[in-house]
Amino acid sequence: MTLKFEDRGLYEVRREHDACGVGVAANINGLRSHSVIEHGKEILLNLHHRGAAGADEVTGDGAGILFQIPHEFFKAVCADSGITLPEPSQYGVGMIFGPRDEALRNKCEQVLEESLRYYGMMMLGWRDVPIANDCLGKIALESEPTVRQIFVDGCGLEEKVLEQKLYLARKRAEKLVRKKFGQEGKDFYVASLSGRTICYKGMFMAWQLFAYYPDLADERLTSALAIVHQRYSTNTFPSWQLAQPLRCIAHNGEINTLSGNRNQLQARQAKMASEAFGEDIHDLLPVLTPDASDSACFDNVLELLVRAGRSMPHAMMMLIPEAFGAGYHISTDKRAFYEFHASFMEPWDGPAAMAFTDGRIVGGTLDRNGLRPCRYLVTTDGLLIMASEAGVVDVPPEKVRQKGRLRPGHMFIVDTGEKRIILDNEIKSKITRQSPYRRWLDENRIELRGMFDIPKLAHTDSETLTKRLRWFGYTREELKMILLPMARNGQEPVGSMGNDAPLAVLSDKPKLLFNYFKQLFAQVTNPPIDPLREGMVMSLMNFVGKKPNILTESPEHCRQLKLPHPILANEDVERLCTAKRNDFKVARVSAVFDANVPDAAAGMKQALAGLVDSATKAIRDGASLIIISDREVSETKAPIPSLLATAAVHHGLLNRGLRGEVGLIVESAEPREVMHFCLLCGFGANAINPYLTFETLEYLQLQGQLPEEMESTQIADNYIAAIKKGILKTISKMGISTLRSYTGAQLFEAIGLNRSLVDEYFTGTSSRIGGIGLAEIAKDVVTRHSETSSSLQQPGLLSLDYGGEYHFRHKGEEHLWNPESISKLQHAVQFNDQKAYDEYAHAINDQARKQYTLRGLFDFVPGKAVPLEEVEPASEIVKRFCTGAMSHGSISKETHECMAVAMNRIGAMSNTGEGGEDASRYTPEPNGDSKNCAIKQIASGRFGVTANYLAHAKELQIKIAQGAKPGEGGQLPGHKVTAEIAKLRHSTPGVTLISPPPHHDIYSIEDLAQLIYDLKCSNPGVKVSVKLVAEVGVGTIAAGVAKGNADEVLISGHDGGTGASPLSSIKHTGCPWELGLAETQQVLVMNNLRDRIRVQTDGQLKTGRDVVIAALLGAEQFGFGTSVLVTLGCTLLRKCHEGACPFGISTQDPELRARFAGKPEYIIRFMLLMAEEARRIMAQLGFRKFEDMIGQVDRLKTSDAIDHWKSQGLDFSAIFQKPVAAEGQALRLTSQQADKLEDHLDWQILAQAKQTLESQKPAVIELPIRNINRTVGAILSNRIVKKYGEEGLKEGTLNIVLRGSAGQSFGAFLVPGVTLTLIGDSNDYLGKSLSGGRIIVKKPDEAPFRSHENIIVGNTVLYGATSGEVFINGMAGERFCVRNSGAWALVEGVGDHGCEYMTGGLVVVLGKTGCNFAAGMSGGLAYVLDEAQLFDTKCNLDMVELESVWKDEDKDLLHEMISRHLELTGSERAKYILEAWPDMVGKFVKVVPIDYRKALEKMRAAEQRYTETIPATEEVFPWVK
Amino acid sequence: MGEVKGFLKYDRLEVGHRSIEERIHDFSELDLPLTPDEIKQQTARCMDCGVPFCHGAGCPLQNCIPDMNELVYQDRWQEACDLLHMTNNFPEITGRVCPAPCEASCTLAVNDKPVLIRHIEFQVVERGFKEGWIRPQPPAVSTGKRVAIVGSGPAGLAAAQQLARAGHTVVVFEKDEKPGGLLRYGIPDFKLEKHIIDRRLEQLSAEGVEFRTGVVVGEDFSTRYLRKRFDCICLTMGVGEPRDLNIVGRGHENILFAMDFLKVQNQLCSGELVESEATESISAKDKTVVVIGGGDTGSDCVGTAIRHGARQVHQLEILPKPPESRPPETPWPMWPKVMRTSSSQEEGCIRQWSVMTKKFSGRETRVTKLECCQVEWVNEKGAWKVKELPGTDFTLEADLVLLALGFVHVTHPGLVNDLELKLDGAGNLVVNDYQTSEPGIFAAGDTVSGASLVVRAINSGRQAASAIDNWLKQNR
Repeated sequence: MTLKFEDRGLYEVRREHDACGVGVAANINGLRSHSVIEHGKEILLNLHHRGAAGADEVTGDGAGILFQIPHEFFKAVCADSGITLPEPSQYGVGMIFGPRDEALRNKCEQVLEESLRYYGMMMLGWRDVPIANDCLGKIALESEPTVRQIFVDGCGLEEKVLEQKLYLARKRAEKLVRKKFGQEGKDFYVASLSGRTICYKGMFMAWQLFAYYPDLADERLTSALAIVHQRYSTNTFPSWQLAQPLRCIAHNGEINTLSGNRNQLQARQAKMASEAFGEDIHDLLPVLTPDASDSACFDNVLELLVRAGRSMPHAMMMLIPEAFGAGYHISTDKRAFYEFHASFMEPWDGPAAMAFTDGRIVGGTLDRNGLRPCRYLVTTDGLLIMASEAGVVDVPPEKVRQKGRLRPGHMFIVDTGEKRIILDNEIKSKITRQSPYRRWLDENRIELRGMFDIPKLAHTDSETLTKRLRWFGYTREELKMILLPMARNGQEPVGSMGNDAPLAVLSDKPKLLFNYFKQLFAQVTNPPIDPLREGMVMSLMNFVGKKPNILTESPEHCRQLKLPHPILANEDVERLCTAKRNDFKVARVSAVFDANVPDAAAGMKQALAGLVDSATKAIRDGASLIIISDREVSETKAPIPSLLATAAVHHGLLNRGLRGEVGLIVESAEPREVMHFCLLCGFGANAINPYLTFETLEYLQLQGQLPEEMESTQIADNYIAAIKKGILKTISKMGISTLRSYTGAQLFEAIGLNRSLVDEYFTGTSSRIGGIGLAEIAKDVVTRHSETSSSLQQPGLLSLDYGGEYHFRHKGEEHLWNPESISKLQHAVQFNDQKAYDEYAHAINDQARKQYTLRGLFDFVPGKAVPLEEVEPASEIVKRFCTGAMSHGSISKETHECMAVAMNRIGAMSNTGEGGEDASRYTPEPNGDSKNCAIKQIASGRFGVTANYLAHAKELQIKIAQGAKPGEGGQLPGHKVTAEIAKLRHSTPGVTLISPPPHHDIYSIEDLAQLIYDLKCSNPGVKVSVKLVAEVGVGTIAAGVAKGNADEVLISGHDGGTGASPLSSIKHTGCPWELGLAETQQVLVMNNLRDRIRVQTDGQLKTGRDVVIAALLGAEQFGFGTSVLVTLGCTLLRKCHEGACPFGISTQDPELRARFAGKPEYIIRFMLLMAEEARRIMAQLGFRKFEDMIGQVDRLKTSDAIDHWKSQGLDFSAIFQKPVAAEGQALRLTSQQADKLEDHLDWQILAQAKQTLESQKPAVIELPIRNINRTVGAILSNRIVKKYGEEGLKEGTLNIVLRGSAGQSFGAFLVPGVTLTLIGDSNDYLGKSLSGGRIIVKKPDEAPFRSHENIIVGNTVLYGATSGEVFINGMAGERFCVRNSGAWALVEGVGDHGCEYMTGGLVVVLGKTGCNFAAGMSGGLAYVLDEAQLFDTKCNLDMVELESVWKDEDKDLLHEMISRHLELTGSERAKYILEAWPDMVGKFVKVVPIDYRKALEKMRAAEQRYTETIPATEEVFPWVK
Repeated sequence: MGEVKGFLKYDRLEVGHRSIEERIHDFSELDLPLTPDEIKQQTARCMDCGVPFCHGAGCPLQNCIPDMNELVYQDRWQEACDLLHMTNNFPEITGRVCPAPCEASCTLAVNDKPVLIRHIEFQVVERGFKEGWIRPQPPAVSTGKRVAIVGSGPAGLAAAQQLARAGHTVVVFEKDEKPGGLLRYGIPDFKLEKHIIDRRLEQLSAEGVEFRTGVVVGEDFSTRYLRKRFDCICLTMGVGEPRDLNIVGRGHENILFAMDFLKVQNQLCSGELVESEATESISAKDKTVVVIGGGDTGSDCVGTAIRHGARQVHQLEILPKPPESRPPETPWPMWPKVMRTSSSQEEGCIRQWSVMTKKFSGRETRVTKLECCQVEWVNEKGAWKVKELPGTDFTLEADLVLLALGFVHVTHPGLVNDLELKLDGAGNLVVNDYQTSEPGIFAAGDTVSGASLVVRAINSGRQAASAIDNWLKQNR
């Protein structure tokens, strides 16, 4: 078997992601039977849609099953092979994948046998596992290993010791094989080696697992528990080893913080010791298998902790702790437990549904955010089924004892020994009290009195201040645009439009080292978090000091300094240094070097080495905190960039095994903006003191730039608050909740740093195009230093450079959009002036002197030119052009429609952006123009997404991320929500609209596949596109998108525009599309997926040359945003976020909109001029057809003209690498995705409803339903809106009754006149974007459980619903009614985050609610039955107020809703409440958003005024139901 | 930035002038400055554009206009004053006489009225002088290098100040009695009172600039001497040659070049001259004056003639009358060729366009009549040609004719010829990074570019100074 699993071109193996379906079947009573295995099989087969297949559609990404060792079975089969097994638990069994080369395999097996002997065990024999590989696809077959089982005599070892020894022996063998055979030995893999459990797995689709291993069908093979797993990988590179379950767990989700966890574990390895292992511990190192996946690493560390003595639930609680912030009602002991463990183990953070087993217990746990679903069911005869979905095993309703779900952070265990289910509370109360953690903490945790009390500003005189500001490269612009807003408002500043300044490595200006890094962010495979509305899960707390042995616990473990957040004021450092304590010592090391040394690079290098040595010495002298300081900078000493110094010390100490000995504090003048702090933390700093900013702020106040009346402490506090919020935002973009796991996680990509620099100081960071090294960094520092020291004038004014990074200034940073390029483009399109266009294009394209972009440094490889007239006409080429996604809301109606008209006229496409579209635009204009946008966007807020909207699209675009602010949500403040905007977005004027950072139905790749499926159902035949932003690893995501059945993937550059984003996001997140696009093309081709998916790119595309380069790199479509706005009059004021656009473009102000002077003709001319330019280049290169050009990357080379001291170190070979394509394999779209709607349940419904659809004759249809029937009702809805428009059918026309477990997205987009009645239960996303239909879910009459205590529908119900109603006879999961804007819903209980981001509609809850109810709820109403009178403690009161239900109108409304619920579902709960109505009504709480109340009052006032002048019958405000 | 949507809230205020009745009786400046509150409102209109065209496309000096506006808005006048001086040596002059291309290219000028930039500049610098913020900035160290500057117009003075501040020893040679060049002798007092220049010259002197006036280099002493005594020379003597109108009758003595007319009045105002028969003879008092040339200099002649008490003033322009609003040939942010009326023209003058003067006729030495005709402009193969319109001939009475037809090039005899400097097609000096064909001899201002705006001359002088500074560093 050949693993072709290696970095190539821009592709990096470690960027792989996977996610999956996971399931557990167990007999609670511990009775072993083959039926448990059969149930496992059933689960897997029914989760099939959560997995994925490779390009050949036959090769699965992996499937497996882990279960108890079936003694009887092995006894029998071993006897056949002449092996006699000892009694149960006296022996171990290993499941071994081996190399196909027999000699090598023998050698590997010998190593294993020797290792077993070393630990006092004996090999009994090998068994060739019977296989049937005729079921496999080509890719799986090519990499198929040999599969053999080894039987090991425990030689009398006690069961627990046997497990330990088997573990040690396995680790020893793995290590020896790696050492002896290196790369070749990679094919040797121990899937399991245990006396308790065994794992069968491989590169399968679910059904293949059982076909491949005939063992699994053997009735003698029995177990009381089984964990199954189905993998969905973003790639299809063959790997049998990546299949799950692993030895202890099966994981659905992703560990975002892996690199940080890896580094921190490495730091703690040196101190590891355990009685269980004694001297043998060296066999266990490194703990984490090199290059293993995130799940495998997690398995490694969990196994280590368990084998060293902790119970599995305890270890799980250490690694995946619940959030324990003040927002949670948890026991003090539990909080102490978590805090104690936080002092030496950071969370392994990311979405996770984790199933685990040690052979006796089997359990599951969810991450703190509950981002993966996990549903369970217990039958009356003791069977537990737990899986990613409900309904995976068919259980008759009368046998269901309990239905539930795992809640965020909660755990669930079946103990087959105790023969019972143990719930979260019991598990945790036992563990959290097994040691006196609370006392240990109180007595040992170090908290310095006075630290973090009241931060102050610091005083300096202006002269030294100016000098120091210049040494550290401060600019006036930074003071004005970064520092002042933070000090004034405690917020990170916001800006607009994209970044058109050069990358740091292309800039002529001296740049801070920080600028060579770009933040990574989560897209698709894990969701970003909302740090505001879901801030309760986030934490900046950290412990610093000497890290203890993680394999034991003692009171001293937490004897470390507790920091509530990482920003230290100047006096905090002072206090640290002057504290006299025995238990922690502080040492300072100086990060400066001799400014006058002739070879600055050598000087800096030497200083860096000295820095690490000083730190080492300090540790030897007992220091537990090291302060890396640049306070010693002077006329003769230049500063080492703080990031370089920090990373050097961090990695230096890691390499010396000392990093766990100290906390690192950076005391530097350099960091000032959020990105700087994040980088320092990401590369190892535990805390930062930005001392110069505190001095600067004081000076700025003296100067009058900050209000005199502001307290200096307030200023300092605001600044710190802004940085803290910014850090939270940055880590949340990556889906990380705690700074503890972000520290050292290096979640950045370097652009423009050379390999040796990165390897030495930023080990493990991606840097794919080379760039500068220490010499250039030192040159920047020394130049800045010497220029400052020589000339210093004008003390009155801070004589700093302006900067020009954000706003154009002469002598400042360069910008591609400058007065020349803007005015030339406008002249070109306004006067159809070819000469002006040529001048414009020249100004953009010719970057020989001034460099702006990577592509500016590319050149074409000449070809045999063809006559221009033979080249495809411009009118054809423009059909590949699109406008960027800009919502009507971010831009004016006039602008939005102008773009649509222009693009429709030339057969190109415009994009709605997020925010809906007026249905009147679907009717063509009298002159034939159409204002209907061909591309309709679906973003996280789902504003205006209705069945009708979706039905009028040619293409539906899922916006995962946006170039200017990937990983972030957005907010349209209430004052911008005009009546017009509110109508489009189905919301209320004046009510703030929040788009959450994640799509709440996409937490992983298989969720994305589900949304794609939903959208295809909503409009069969539509193309679905997925918009991603370039970053390292985007190619891998794109492959996953291709496998998820998308028709197009859009790779946006980091520099795309925005109506409003934090400046740090505009500047520092994502990478250029040249990198992202090339990587995408390479990975898609490598995976043989390119032929089925179209690739689009955008991000500051401006000219025909840009188009040709993008095509050669692999794009077939092209998006233009800012440039189109410029043709319409935009001159880049960068004031979009102020709504004050004087050109009527990005504003809703009628006075300004009247100034809009753009014309469709301008856009059309621009498109044609660009296409003509592209044609001319095509003719020179010898391409007649545009499509021939796509992916021909060998026609690009690095420009010879580059002679720039920084950029000459760049190496584009990875970009220009042409992927190896197999014979006949396409480099562009040549086929299409498979039609997955064939077996959709709606076809059956449609067949039965044919007459109803034709004549609106009422009908009732009855059908069974299963969890594999997904998105039921969507195709039906599409057919109805196509025929009847958005009004749908008449009320009560079609009633469809379904029995069973419904699949995901039940009733999505359902339109008026249709009622879906589900008798049974449903999975996630019920009623997604409900558009007027009715959904009723009720428990089967025969089911014995109590409805309001059992989960009947999954998470994220009614996401983005606009109208309609839902009655649920049971509890719902997390995020009920998230971003609902009009639907009415009644439910008998909800999980966490109920009514999140809701903007309208009505919710009635007749039972329990989880925490964080109403977070971000800006509109709508909720009535919650609050029997325990504790609702106010669970409700997020930031945006809502609570009141009792006392008005008659409220009472009547509530009574009516509950009565209808009773009528429709027969709910016992409803009956009980209604029977005691006078007593019950007082227990309801009404939740009213503050904004919404004001808006309603305003509208009522307006209504009154209005009704005085018009007949009272006219319905003025249709939103008032 | 001042106020979001400030431009919607506040209208542009124009700077008021003293009433015509009042001002035509004296030569004092016309402007009635806005009040501080009004100024603040005007700065609030500035939007602090992401791409400020005023700074990036309009102002040749690249004044940091949005930043200046913001500082004024925030009442940080002293910093505004410092900021202004970072890019402009003489904002008090540009604040008075600049046509303000910054305003033409202001983003608001696209579809609204631009920010009142020039007057804000004026206010900032005047406040600076009043408060004593504008002080000499002598260099900390002297380089010992000597630079001679020939000509003391805006280019020469800017270069001199920059070089002196860089530590070089600077001597400015001026042929006239006082430094200032056209600023002093060309621009009438009602636009620029001359104590404004003196005030600035004091600063220059205090910074070490030495002025040698009343000397003509190449005549009073040789260029060889200059080369020997100085490490380098910068030529900023402007374009001395006025464009003439060589038609029949040009020889009449009451046909004057505008500059000769204006200079005398300026000297009278300053007291360098006292009224005499000679000055009387060229006075416009009670005369019918015809100014040929519709530009700024022509306007200055009009205003001066009116102040003399002319009976009637005519102004003729050969180009057609420009349109009222911005024509497509000069789209924003370019300087728009539109119909403008100067304060002098407002004071009463008869303007005619598309008029060509064909002949002067008169009695004896004095012209009494102009023979003119209407013309049209036709484009022949991309070049505009003037064509007489048959049957449109007319005559115009005149007692005084002033030629304000612009300037051709630098004066060649003397310095330029002595040094054998290379000239371009228009007769101006060819330079490479402000260095002429002769190493060590630099040039700036109109001498290089041909006649242009004061603001361009200042910029050119600054750039040349920077080039000279570099050159001196390299040729140590």
